[in-house]
Amino acid sequence: MSDKPDNKAYWKTNIRIVTICLIIWAIVSFGFGILLRPMLAGISVGGTDLGFWFAQQGSILVFLALIFFYAWRMNKLDAEHGVDEQ
Amino acid sequence: MDQFTLNLLFVGASFALYIGIAIWARAGSTSEFYAAGRGVHPITNGMATAADWMSAASFISMAGLIAFVGYDNSTFLMGWTGGYVLLALLLAPYLRKFGKFTVPEFIGDRFYSKTARLVAVICLIVASVTYVIGQMTGVGVAFGRFLEISNTSGLLIGACVVFAYAVFGGMKGVTYTQVAQYCVLILAYTIPAIFISLQLTGNPIPALGLFGDHTASGEPLLAKLDQIVRELGFNEYTAHHSDTFNMVLFTLSLMIGTAGLPHVIMRFFTVPRVADARWSAGWALVFIALLYLTAPAVGAMARLNITELMWPEGTDGQAVSVQQIEDDARYDWMATWQKTGLLGWEDKNGDGRIQYYNDADPQMQEKAAANGWEGNELTNFNRDILVLANPEIANLPGWVIGLVAAGGLAAALSTAAGLLLAISSAVSHDLIKGQFMPEISEKGELLSARIAMAVAIVVATYLGLNPPGFAAQTVALAFGLAAASIFPALMMGIFSKRVNNIGAVTGMLVGLGFTLVYIFLHKGWFFIPGTNSFPDTIDGSLLGIQSTAIGAIGALLNFATAMTVSRMTAEPPQEIVDLVESVRVPRGAAAAVDGH
Repeated sequence: MSDKPDNKAYWKTNIRIVTICLIIWAIVSFGFGILLRPMLAGISVGGTDLGFWFAQQGSILVFLALIFFYAWRMNKLDAEHGVDEQ
Repeated sequence: MDQFTLNLLFVGASFALYIGIAIWARAGSTSEFYAAGRGVHPITNGMATAADWMSAASFISMAGLIAFVGYDNSTFLMGWTGGYVLLALLLAPYLRKFGKFTVPEFIGDRFYSKTARLVAVICLIVASVTYVIGQMTGVGVAFGRFLEISNTSGLLIGACVVFAYAVFGGMKGVTYTQVAQYCVLILAYTIPAIFISLQLTGNPIPALGLFGDHTASGEPLLAKLDQIVRELGFNEYTAHHSDTFNMVLFTLSLMIGTAGLPHVIMRFFTVPRVADARWSAGWALVFIALLYLTAPAVGAMARLNITELMWPEGTDGQAVSVQQIEDDARYDWMATWQKTGLLGWEDKNGDGRIQYYNDADPQMQEKAAANGWEGNELTNFNRDILVLANPEIANLPGWVIGLVAAGGLAAALSTAAGLLLAISSAVSHDLIKGQFMPEISEKGELLSARIAMAVAIVVATYLGLNPPGFAAQTVALAFGLAAASIFPALMMGIFSKRVNNIGAVTGMLVGLGFTLVYIFLHKGWFFIPGTNSFPDTIDGSLLGIQSTAIGAIGALLNFATAMTVSRMTAEPPQEIVDLVESVRVPRGAAAAVDGH
């Protein structure tokens, strides 16, 4: 691996994507599901409020979306930086 | 066909399938034994990971935990799934690129230290052994209830089946059996849930039914449930009653612990490429979510069903009579489960009716005094019977009950096999080859792995038959250890080039020591009752943190210690910096296979 500078840019982008994903991960679970639930109390969903939905279902669905987004984005990034598996 | 024959048929057929797979998927090399030859398709691996991960606790206990507590126990739902985000983004692709066989091997190589590897092996074995005890006792209970044989013989049959496919097949046999076990367990979980959701809400998808309308009353299901439990003096189902700070910390501990459990991490060594490891984590969560999105629906619907059965005329009317429990077929399940000692009722005031309410609630005490009630008469309702009894409570056909029996066994056996595999590879690869006999031949290592597996099964069976008194407490210990020791070491090994051997070892020891001591201070030293210095409650605890939620703090201390100590000591050598750089990029993953 002689193209060190390119690896550096690749890693920097990876860290940025991971950080954004983990912020969303924390917002939907600890945020909407627990700490921010009182703020969402006004939005009703099937006999309860949106915070309850996030705690029992919504956060899991967002986790799924995050992992698949990350896989798709990183596999694309690998190719862009020429570090994908041949 | 009677119920016993049906149960026997379903359980027997599923076991025959597992044995068949064992014969077909024998391991011929260490690569096949430890990593299934790294030829597992990402979707197949996702399915195997789901079965590996979802234990007797997920299948049997989780819906009950939610049913009787409501919103506050959403921690389990978020914690046990959110860990997969950490696993997919922070660990799985990099550890696959590293391309070795065990978790301690990465820690040993990255921190160029046999001590680090040994500490990791100890954490792995303690976490996995404590975890496997619960699975083995689960196997015994399921057999005892459904096949009317003693727990002991049930456990021995289960152990023989695991022996057949784990000892001969290693990771290869375990992987393909876990795929079959996933199919059995998910069918067993969702089919009764669909029936119950149709009965209560008319919606065939339980996850949607949970937020739908209750057909009988026309109100939203959750509003109806809130109302009916409130009228009996219980906490409202959807409201938040627990301590918010501890709820956050407990969820975080479960997430970090999940991402640090070695038997889950090692599943990602089996896929062919780094890109596959990323996809595979997503597929694992898809298969897990099928159960985890259904579980809260099962919990809420079962709670509503049970409460309505106990108050057939509504909470304002008369409670169910003892006569009706004995005569009405809808109450047959109560007699069945009473025999197991997990369900009990007692007509305390002798009025011929069983009043089920919260006798600690002041308003209910007034109501009870006015009506001549003398306390809650549904005296014992073990949360663990909820999923197993659910088909009977909802009056479903006999074959559904047989399927649930096979599903419970599949969940316990698949997790037990995964844990045993993690233990035996740590013993043969990290201890025997890594520490004592580095020159051992491949054939010798394969034999030692099989012997280690056989010994691990014998030990696990023994502990399952004679569970130490603390068995129920140990799951907290397993998650605490994984969160405080293994996860931080792996993450720093990938994301920091500066953390060195001394930093990593002190970090792991501090995280591990702190977590162990904190748990022991609250639950008693080595879980011996009476030796605890603080009561195991939030208010009485040392730091205002419940002992089950302490793993996250242990992890934080591990990170802080490792970073600080590393800055004060020598930088890692150049070849380690090169190793970290190579782990970070996927190119060359295939070449890393078997490179040792």
